[in-house]
Amino acid sequence: VDIRQQTIGSIRVISLHGDLDGRSSSVAQEQILPALPADGRVLLDLSDVPFISSAGLRTMLLIYRQAQCVNSTVALLGLSDELRGVLSATGFLAFFIVTDSLTGGVEALRAETAGPLEAGRDPARTTELRRSGAR
Amino acid sequence: MTSTAIPNRIDSFPTERIGGFNVRPGRTQPYGATLVPGGVNFSVFSSCATAASLLLFHCGEAEPFAELPFPDEFRIGGVWAMTVFDLDHEYIEYGYRVRGPDTPQLGDRFDPTRILADPYAKAMSGRDVWGKPPNWNDPYPYRSRLTFDDFDWDGDRPLHIQPEDLVIYEMHVRGFTRDPSARVANPGTYAGLVEKIPYLKELGVNCVELMPVFEFDEFENSRVHPETGETLMNFWGYSTVGFFAPKAGYAATGRFGMQRDEFKNMVKELHRAGIAVVLDVVFNHTAEGNENGPTIHFRSLDNRTYYMLTPEGYYYNFSGTGNTFNCNNPVVRDYVLSCLRYWASEYHVDGFRFDLAAILDRDPDGAPMDNPPLPESLAYDPLLRDCLLIAEAWDAGGLYKVGSFPNYLRWAEWNGKYRDVVRRFLKGDTGTVSELATRVVGSPDLYRTRGAIASVNFITCHDGFTLADLVSYDDKHNEANGEENRDGANDNNSWNSGVEGPTDDPDVLSLRDRQMKNAMLLLLTSQGVPMLLAGDEVAHTQHGNNNAYCHDSPVSWFDWKQADENAELLRFVRNCIAFRAAHPVLRGRNHPRGADPTGGWYPEVSWHGVHAWQPDWSPSSLLLAFMRSTPSPQDADHVYVAANAHWEPHPLELPALPPGWRWHLFADTAATAPGDVHAPGTEPVLGDQESITVGPRSALVLVGRGPS
Repeated sequence: VDIRQQTIGSIRVISLHGDLDGRSSSVAQEQILPALPADGRVLLDLSDVPFISSAGLRTMLLIYRQAQCVNSTVALLGLSDELRGVLSATGFLAFFIVTDSLTGGVEALRAETAGPLEAGRDPARTTELRRSGAR
Repeated sequence: MTSTAIPNRIDSFPTERIGGFNVRPGRTQPYGATLVPGGVNFSVFSSCATAASLLLFHCGEAEPFAELPFPDEFRIGGVWAMTVFDLDHEYIEYGYRVRGPDTPQLGDRFDPTRILADPYAKAMSGRDVWGKPPNWNDPYPYRSRLTFDDFDWDGDRPLHIQPEDLVIYEMHVRGFTRDPSARVANPGTYAGLVEKIPYLKELGVNCVELMPVFEFDEFENSRVHPETGETLMNFWGYSTVGFFAPKAGYAATGRFGMQRDEFKNMVKELHRAGIAVVLDVVFNHTAEGNENGPTIHFRSLDNRTYYMLTPEGYYYNFSGTGNTFNCNNPVVRDYVLSCLRYWASEYHVDGFRFDLAAILDRDPDGAPMDNPPLPESLAYDPLLRDCLLIAEAWDAGGLYKVGSFPNYLRWAEWNGKYRDVVRRFLKGDTGTVSELATRVVGSPDLYRTRGAIASVNFITCHDGFTLADLVSYDDKHNEANGEENRDGANDNNSWNSGVEGPTDDPDVLSLRDRQMKNAMLLLLTSQGVPMLLAGDEVAHTQHGNNNAYCHDSPVSWFDWKQADENAELLRFVRNCIAFRAAHPVLRGRNHPRGADPTGGWYPEVSWHGVHAWQPDWSPSSLLLAFMRSTPSPQDADHVYVAANAHWEPHPLELPALPPGWRWHLFADTAATAPGDVHAPGTEPVLGDQESITVGPRSALVLVGRGPS
C-alpha cells in the first residue's frame, strides 16, 4: 500500500492506495499511527483501496482508537459499496464518520467538536451511531 | 512512577527449519492454532498416533504448498505442537495428516490418506457462501483457517437476565431474513438478523435461541427431490463440522473470512437491545456419521476416544444420525467444556440449549449414568456459571429424562410434557385438566427442587408442526422431504379444526385463529420460561410438514408479509408478552403455593371452575380456571386465567377481589379484534364483576386493579 498525507486547512488527509491486508497493514500502521495529530481531525481517504481484509479492518480501528487517545477525530472517505457493506456487517462502520466527498469530509470534521475522552462510553457511542448512519 | 515495557519474548524466534519454514517447538496449550509474535502456534492431540504433520494450503488450492512433519521432540505426551514463523496467515488454510493403527475392531481408524481439519479451528472455509455448489472432488473440503480473535466489544458483557424474566424466541439465522420480504441488505445472515432487532424489541422477546450456528455442511446428504426438483439440503444444521467455528455461510462476510467479527457484532447489537443469545449446540454426534461417513477430523485423530463404539468397533447410534459423541470420556468432556467456555468468553453468549442432551448422561458403553461427569462439569464450571444450560432431555435411543435430567440444581429442560398436555387440552382431549394445572404453574411434580425456572415451556419448536399447522393438520405431510412421508414424528397431538390443511371455510379459519391465541395466552401466562418458535406469532405455515430440516425455501423462511397479513395475531402475541412483563406474579422462580399460610389473603395460585373456588378435576372436564395472586397485600396483583376446551360456552363465577378492587379484561380469544386483547394498563373494567362467559374453545385473562 502507498500512503500519502497532506493537510487541508486544519485537517490531515491520509490517502491510501492499494490493498489494505495482513501484508500491508503493518506498514500502514507504522506510517499512520505516529503521525496522527493531537487534538486534530483526520480524513482517511480509501477511494483507491480495492480490498480491505480482516487485518485491514483492524488497522482502521487501531487508527480510530489511537486518534481517540490523542483527542482526534477520524472520518472515512471513498468507501466502495462492498467495503461499506463489510464494515457495516461487522460493526466497524459504527465507529467512524463516513463521507462521500473530500469537501463533505472536511466540512463534517470541522462541524465535529472533538471532546475530551469520556469515562462513560455510552454517550459517545450514541453519537458515533448517529454519525455513521450505520443503522 | 515509571512504567516498564514488556520485553520481546525470548521464544519468538525460530530454532530450526522444516520443509523450508522457520519453526520451533510449539506450546502445547492452547490446542488449535494461535497467532503468536512472528508466527502461528499449532497444537493437536492424539492419544495413540505414531506421527503427524501439518499441511499448509494457499486458500482454495487443491494441493498443499507445504507439509511439515512434527519432529518427535515437538511432542509432549499425546500433544504435537509447533510454531511456524513468517506465515501469510490471512491467505492460508491448514490441516493435519496423522498416522496410527487402522484396526477398526479395536477402535482405531487412522487414515493418513486423509487431510484432517483441526477440531479446534476457530474458523473454517469450504462452505463460505451458503449454497454455493462445492467441489465434490476436493480432498480437503472443510478447511481450518487462521483468524484474529481481537474485537472491540465496547464494554459489552453477557446480559445476566434472570431466568424467570426470559421470553425465548427460537429461530434460524438464515430462515429469519432469507425471504425477500425481509428487505434487509444481507438476507439470511448474522448481519441480516441485526437489521431485524427492532422487530424483536417490538415483539418483546428478550432472548433468541439460535438453531445450530457451529460450522456445518448444508450439502451433507443433499439431493434433488425426484418429483419437485427442489434441492434438499441440511438447512437446520444439526450436524457439526467445526465446533469452534461460526457457520461462515451465515455471514455476509464469510467469503472474506470475517464471520467471527460479524457474529460478535450480532451478539453485541442484540445485547445492546437487551436480548440475550442462547446457542443450540449439538454434542450428541458429529458430521462424520458411521463407518461409511466422511473422515473430517476425529475419526482419524482418535476414533475410540471421541466416539462410543460397540465391542466390535462399530458406532453406537443413540443420536439417530450414525454416531454418538463419547461425551463422558475425560478427553471429550474437556473438549466440550473448552468449546462452551470459548463461546461464552469469546462470543459473550448467554447460554446453551443441548440437542438430544440425554446422550450426555450415557457412559462410553451407552448406559445411562446417575452422575454423568459432563453435565456435572458444565453445572459447576466457573466460566459458565451465569450461562443458561438447557437440556433437550431425551435422545433417539429411547432415553427420556424430562424431569429427571441430572441437574445439580443448575440445568433447565425443554419441558416436553408441557408441550404435550397443552396440545392435548387445546384439541379437546379429556383427562388433561389436572395435568395442565400442574404444568401452568411450572411443573412442580418435575422440578420441585429446581423451581419453575427449570421448566422451559413451549408448545412448538423447530421440531414438529408450527403453531399454525398444529391447528390446521391432523397428520404430518412430509412428502416434500422425499422420504414418502416416513420421516418426522407421528404423535403430534394436533387437530385440524375441521378441515385438513388449507380452507376458505370462515368458521374453521376463525377457530384456528382462536386456537393459536389460546395457545399463546396459556404459554405466556404459565410459570416457567416461555419459548416461542419464530414465525408462530404471524402464523407461519410449513404446509403440514413437521420435519422441514431439508428445506431452504419459503417452507422454512420467515415470511415478513405475514406480519401485515396476520397483524391481528401479531398484536395479540405482543400484548401477551407485554402482559407477562407487567405482571411479576406470573414469573416467580419458585412454584406458587396453593394455600394461603396467613389465612387472611389469597393463595399464590387458586383453582376455579364454573363456580369460583370449585375446579372440576374430573376426567371429563374441559375447563380450567386459575387465579394468580401475590403472596401478600403489599404490591398486590391478581391475574385470572380461564381456558375452555369445550365446544360450548360456559358462564364462570369470578372469585372476589379485595374490597375496592375490580376485574378488568386483558384478553378474550372469543372476542373479535381489537377487543380480543388490550394493551397492558388499558384493560377495560368488566361491567359484571361477579361472572363472565368464556366462549367455546376460548380463553380469557382478567387482571384485578385496586382503587389506587
